Amino acid sequence: MAIGVVVFPGSNCDRDVQWAAEGCLGIQTRFLWHEERDLSGLDAVVIPGGFSYGDYLRCGAIARFAPVLQEVVQFAEQGGRVLGICNGFQVLTEIGLLPGALTRNHKLHFVCEPAELTVEPGGCSWLQGYSSGEVVTFPIAHGEGRYQAEADTLKSLEDGGQVAFRYCRNPNGSMADVAGLTNRNGNVLGLMPHPERACDAATGGVDGRRLLASLLG
Amino acid sequence: MLDPAGEATRAAAARLGVDGVTKLRIGKAVDLEIEAADAASARQQLERLSDRLLANPVIENWTLELQDTAAQEA
Repeated sequence: MAIGVVVFPGSNCDRDVQWAAEGCLGIQTRFLWHEERDLSGLDAVVIPGGFSYGDYLRCGAIARFAPVLQEVVQFAEQGGRVLGICNGFQVLTEIGLLPGALTRNHKLHFVCEPAELTVEPGGCSWLQGYSSGEVVTFPIAHGEGRYQAEADTLKSLEDGGQVAFRYCRNPNGSMADVAGLTNRNGNVLGLMPHPERACDAATGGVDGRRLLASLLG
Repeated sequence: MLDPAGEATRAAAARLGVDGVTKLRIGKAVDLEIEAADAASARQQLERLSDRLLANPVIENWTLELQDTAAQEA
């Protein structure tokens, strides 16, 4: 079992993911610099939080064209498991692996706090350790997490059971309280909250452990 | 589409004493130069850029204004 963690200039949660996966769960981790193209031997890829390329233009807009992400798209299309956290979720929407977009929080607030979320695992392979309707607490830390999509896109997500996480108390104005989405096949998951920061009891909360532990089968 | 930065700026306009601002939206302008054989191919390239990189059509509208600088300089 090995995961790749994408590192862009400006990523800042790459080492958090490494600590959660390797330090807390013993999952071997390899960093993937944004210019790399070799994903051989990896069972999953994580796109971590941060400010890829300084969030210039739009969050995730430039990351979308990184060589490593061309490979990640192929990896996902072949059924590989991909997890995008925070900026990683923004990247997944820019690249089209998940629909919609993340925009500036309402009232312009940067929100940084523990957030209660309801989980709807559906067919998402990352979430099989959670039960339907379970409430978990993951930290959030973002200024641009307000989910927006066309009405028919949102309806299709709802009908397909793809809204994997919802905020119990909407902190940013997201449509339908969306905090995280999975794709139709359930192998790609994107969410604004940080499960990797909820894996170590020493830093408060372990609700995120089961998400990464799903890789251990 | 909600524009929180535009709304905050509109509120500040009133505090400055400029009343009657009923709408204020903030976007971005991109000024770029491109070499192309003719205006049609320049426009085609710029439309591709605008739609795929400079703007995200899910949340942003864009318009394009083409100026032929070579013709102006000649």
